[in-house]
Amino acid sequence: MIPVNRQGEVWVYAEQEDGALHDVSLELCGKARQLADQLGVRVGAMLAGHQVAGLADRLIAQGADKVYLVEDSRLAHYQTLPYARVVCRLIEKYHPQIVLYGATPLGRDLAPRVASHLRAGMTADCTDLQIDDVVEARTQQLHPKLLLQVRPAFGGNIIATIVNYDGWPQMATVREGVMPLLPPDPSRRGQVVREHVELDDTLFVVRLLERHMEPRKVNLKGARVIVAGGGGVGSKENFRLIYELAGVIGGAVGASRAAVDSGFIGKEHQIGQTGTTVRPALYIACGISGAIQHRAGMEESAKIVAINTDPEAPIFSIAHYGIVGDFKQVIPMMIKALRQRQ
Amino acid sequence: MPYDCIVCVKQVPDTANITTDAMKEDGTVNRAALPAIFNPEDLNALETALEIRDQCGGTVTAISMGPPKAAEVLRECLYRGADRVILLTDRRAAASDTLATSYILSQAIRTIGRYDIVLCGRQAIDGDTAQVGPQIAEKLGLPQITYLEAFLGIENGRIRVRRNMGHGWELFESPLPVLLTVLGTANQPRPRSAKRVMRFKRARTVSELAAEMAAQMKAQNPQVPDSQIESAVQERAEQLRQQGLLIEQWDLDRIGADLSRCGAAGSPTKVWRVQGIVLTRKVYKQYPATEEGVRELIHELVVDRTLG
Repeated sequence: MIPVNRQGEVWVYAEQEDGALHDVSLELCGKARQLADQLGVRVGAMLAGHQVAGLADRLIAQGADKVYLVEDSRLAHYQTLPYARVVCRLIEKYHPQIVLYGATPLGRDLAPRVASHLRAGMTADCTDLQIDDVVEARTQQLHPKLLLQVRPAFGGNIIATIVNYDGWPQMATVREGVMPLLPPDPSRRGQVVREHVELDDTLFVVRLLERHMEPRKVNLKGARVIVAGGGGVGSKENFRLIYELAGVIGGAVGASRAAVDSGFIGKEHQIGQTGTTVRPALYIACGISGAIQHRAGMEESAKIVAINTDPEAPIFSIAHYGIVGDFKQVIPMMIKALRQRQ
Repeated sequence: MPYDCIVCVKQVPDTANITTDAMKEDGTVNRAALPAIFNPEDLNALETALEIRDQCGGTVTAISMGPPKAAEVLRECLYRGADRVILLTDRRAAASDTLATSYILSQAIRTIGRYDIVLCGRQAIDGDTAQVGPQIAEKLGLPQITYLEAFLGIENGRIRVRRNMGHGWELFESPLPVLLTVLGTANQPRPRSAKRVMRFKRARTVSELAAEMAAQMKAQNPQVPDSQIESAVQERAEQLRQQGLLIEQWDLDRIGADLSRCGAAGSPTKVWRVQGIVLTRKVYKQYPATEEGVRELIHELVVDRTLG
């Protein structure tokens, strides 16, 4: 672990693949900015890869003050050992107080390896991060401005808040789509710090033989929030409202078979017996009557909100919250209410 | 050429089938009210190890860290084909976070000594962290391949596997020894072998023997002295050992663990607060389709932490 360093920066691991930054890293830059402002420190982004310097501007526009850049042709594709070495060396050199990673397959491969090497704390799959003073129960010692790491546990049945008093840096992976993706600010200025990390051959013993990437698909399974539309949405154009609400909440867009069959939206969005089965924290059903085939694919959702003009629609029988009304009026009101909160 | 595999397995509460009975009034989970099961992806890790042994020969050793009750999953490993099982149990290991857990498991693996491949399930369903595997790999200085979807073979001392990251796959070749974390989609775990169930259903740890025999002997004679129970347990343990039915039980001393790195002392992350989530939709609330109604709905979702 590194010494507790309350002047330390807030860092984000900038995940990139084939020269493109992962959305979750951009979301995290915004969150890191907010945390760093509360702490009165700067935001740093670690960017490693081959010919990736061009991505630094985007990280700065999303909130980074400094981009720590490590370029090496052998880092063209992610591999655990050399990437973990890079991250450990940078942390050991600069002593950031917080380091955030996306809870992606890559982040969940890399972050625990780094934590184990540093003997530092690591909290997986956070859904919220806050700064607050914490009094340690055992010692009654006050720890000012600690990172509160909030995550679901026990299969999502409880919410636990984790803290790390002195096994620093305070590190966490954060689920994709949980933090809002803020609009980039191209006028922001930042500094690119080029770093050299010695990478010996023993770090490259695992050989990547073949690699096949599919374009990012609709990630219904992993979504914490799903906004879904049914036949009642009425048209492809009306589905834009569904997308808009999903964008504001940071959720994925789903659909019933009726909406897919009517050609309002692609089949990859279909939820139900013949589509994807989902159990998000929140499912907002708009203009979905709630046929048994659809319910089979979503009734395990932790919270269900139903919006439908027909008060007799079966969807209300499994919903926790209902609004009898036209989604075309209700969704703009929801967007407005959500924006006011932010 | 034969290879020695070590599989880390965990007994977990069945979080997928959680009910309101399992929630305490303060909103925390009552572990005792939940059925304890074999962590699903650890079964896939065990199956991968058994596949490797089927193909190449060698041994499969299963190790579990947990309370004495965790011997149940080790018996399950024996039923499915494990050659050797070890229970790592010690009160001083309680409250270990993933870092302390990985330290303890890595010490146990070092104590076993010989291994070519260490396997873990990708993640356990009680914490879903997926951290312990990579953390063990780092402690042992091994390369790691996580999210394993298929074991493709071992040639000239190099293992080939395919990993799946959800939006694509990668084919890797790694020298041995290596640590693998295995996905639930990697294989179909074989069922128990009836013959092995018959043979190993009497397999016990010393803790289990002690509890069972104390209960039995006290039922017959409530005044039975502890020393008498103790010597009976030792005698029975020796019998089981000779029959190959004594499940090895290790504590932190046995694995030479530095106690400052175990349990709460060795855990940098601390649970500061726990909040329960309302589990079932007993309540249905309707809101009017007005600005005020919608605002109330959003507020409600924020209050119960559905919205961040």
